[in-house]
Amino acid sequence: MSKLLTVSPSPHIYGKETTPNLMHGVIIALIPATLASILYFGWGSVIVISVSVTSSVLFEFLIQKFLLQKKNTIQDGSAVITGLLLSLCLPSNFPAHLIILGSLFAIGVGKLSFGGLGNNPFNPALVGRVFLFISFPAKMASWPDAQGFQTQYIDATTGPTPLSIIKEGLGKGDSISHLMDNIPTYRQLFFGNMSGSIGEVAAVALILGLAYMLLRKIITWHIPVSIILTVVIFTGILWLINPEQNADPLFHILSGGILLGAIFMATDYVTSPMTEKGMILYGISIGILTVVIRLFGSYPEGVQFAILIMNGFVPLINYYIKPKRFGEEVKNG
Amino acid sequence: MSKMLKTFRKGGIHPAEYKLTEKSPVEILPLPEKVTILLSQHMGVPAIPVVSKGDTVKAGQLIAHGRGFVSANIHSSVSGKVVRIDSIPDLTGYKKPAIVIEVEGDEWEENIIQSTDLRKDITLSKDEILEKIRESGIVGLGGAAFPSHVKLILPKGKNAEALIINGVECEPYLTSDHRLMLEYGEEMMVGISILMRVLNVRKAMIGIENNKADAVYHLKDIASTFTGIEVFPLEVKYPQGGEKQLIKALTGREVPSRKLPIDVGVIVHNVSTAYAVYEAVQKNKPLINRIVTVSGKSLKKPSNFVVRIGTPIRFLIEAAGGFPENTGKVISGGLMMGKALNSLDVPVIKGMSGILVLPENETKRKQVEPCIRCSKCVSVCPMGLEPYLLMPLAQTGDFYRLEKEMVLDCIECGSCSYICPANRPLLDFIRLGKTEVNKIIRERN
Repeated sequence: MSKLLTVSPSPHIYGKETTPNLMHGVIIALIPATLASILYFGWGSVIVISVSVTSSVLFEFLIQKFLLQKKNTIQDGSAVITGLLLSLCLPSNFPAHLIILGSLFAIGVGKLSFGGLGNNPFNPALVGRVFLFISFPAKMASWPDAQGFQTQYIDATTGPTPLSIIKEGLGKGDSISHLMDNIPTYRQLFFGNMSGSIGEVAAVALILGLAYMLLRKIITWHIPVSIILTVVIFTGILWLINPEQNADPLFHILSGGILLGAIFMATDYVTSPMTEKGMILYGISIGILTVVIRLFGSYPEGVQFAILIMNGFVPLINYYIKPKRFGEEVKNG
Repeated sequence: MSKMLKTFRKGGIHPAEYKLTEKSPVEILPLPEKVTILLSQHMGVPAIPVVSKGDTVKAGQLIAHGRGFVSANIHSSVSGKVVRIDSIPDLTGYKKPAIVIEVEGDEWEENIIQSTDLRKDITLSKDEILEKIRESGIVGLGGAAFPSHVKLILPKGKNAEALIINGVECEPYLTSDHRLMLEYGEEMMVGISILMRVLNVRKAMIGIENNKADAVYHLKDIASTFTGIEVFPLEVKYPQGGEKQLIKALTGREVPSRKLPIDVGVIVHNVSTAYAVYEAVQKNKPLINRIVTVSGKSLKKPSNFVVRIGTPIRFLIEAAGGFPENTGKVISGGLMMGKALNSLDVPVIKGMSGILVLPENETKRKQVEPCIRCSKCVSVCPMGLEPYLLMPLAQTGDFYRLEKEMVLDCIECGSCSYICPANRPLLDFIRLGKTEVNKIIRERN
């Protein structure tokens, strides 16, 4: 026989999932939230999302090619996710030039400076968001109202988010039962009729995304469920103790960025733990930190900081929390 | 339905099954012109030839004697003339001692009973059976080829409560065990009863994945006429055929790290081994042939063959419709754990359950991408290890940490490399790490 055979060690077959496949899966899971944002905030959303995604991908391409002189990595889809996630946690009236700056920071500093996909310790989209939040606090605290499809962009009518209504009201000595009259109903919170960042308002859209990612086995339940349960339990206890000073758990889950953070930010492969036990510990910690910042910190919302702080603990979690090895379980069946 | 089926809990994957030959009855392959019988077909010390060049031998005649305790006898699989005793490339491509026999006729040793009548009565005593199994050169036919008599002699102070029979066949393509269970089920059951007698156990559990429902029903029928043998359908999940995984699935017990099945009171044998035991004990027939699945999507006629040990695999592929033009890889064993061969002159050995012929486009490794830390390798590892971590530790030579991370527990099932979305060669480096850690441990002792 003249032809040479290939000899390589086993296994001789690959599974179907590839990195781009998984990234595309996450993008598909984000489609409901993206559509909801456009539905509620109109052209503002369209502009914010397209500027963020385009500039993220462009910066990834330019930095890889000219600054780092490495191979082009935009086809793996992770830059699209970073851009999309960054835009989803911005207000719909956020100026385009600042979005470009934010995505440069997210991609350049948050991701590529550490060596690109797989090496960044912090979630790049959150790095970009916190950069914008700290650098342009006024712009990041003006939230257009969700009024259905609208044509205003920078000049959209703004109003306080439910979380800031509660935070400020309680600060002035108001009671929860009184403040609740000023915030949207749970039904509105669930479907997204409120002020807030464009991607966080529609709980139903985010939950659809979660269901898709779980069904396609892109992520496991451990991180999102442990974050949400922790928030429910923590705020639930406080609410039971003093319902006049503490909002109920359902309000906490449906308002602000907990769902967006728990489902899409904290589950980022690169910056979350590798073992199931580690994921649960990470999720519980994020839940506790979020509530602590919301209730006792000076910001109305805390998810972004909670996730970034816990990102920093992931290497430690991976070092100490090991999967249960086969053979550890001694049982006589 | 699937809730009721037993399986192991930790990790596992579901590769495509490709059981192309599950409905193909076993065919007896004609004799080749020449057989090459390797002297090291088993784990342990190679056998020593007891024939010389020019000798005439009969099928079933002892031609090489097992040396020491962990070794196995080798018998001629054909009648004819010894034409060469030399070093010949084996499955790894390295040259190993072998005996080449030119086939003349098909004359068998007189004491071998060639009739196919079922002989159900077991007349031999425990020690006689054990001696028969040792004499007959029987090794584990599931792939590891560990000498069977060694596994049947229990260490002092250990007792077996149950015999576990491995009919899982979780590898894609392979159907040799499946066909054996369907076509030689009764013989196999007698073999199991023999093993039970030797081990002095009253219970045997046959584990079969539920994609072989016909075998499950067939054997359940037969088992009702035997005492103590029970058939368990298992959920389909790779690597359930792994010894530790199968024990977990059937008994709920976990064999601890670096311990043996007997430490949790069980002994595991393969269905084909049980059949070989039947033939050795009831028919005086040494292990000189076996069922081999020859499969692949590009083969004209994928088949299950009964083949004499030593037949060149080229002969098997010819019988399965010829060597396809587009072939890029030929594998001995399964897709997940099989060994890629560099030549078609390699002979069939006792532990060879299948030959797979893969087309060129399924042959090449894919481009390796950076690890995205998706943790899929951790979640599929049936041993609870962290392949993403073991690979860089092996690359950077941190063998102390590798040992601490229990790299030696790896059963090399390949689930991690299979699932990795970034096509990282996790198992390649884990193997390297295992070799180095073993070296360090040997030096320490």
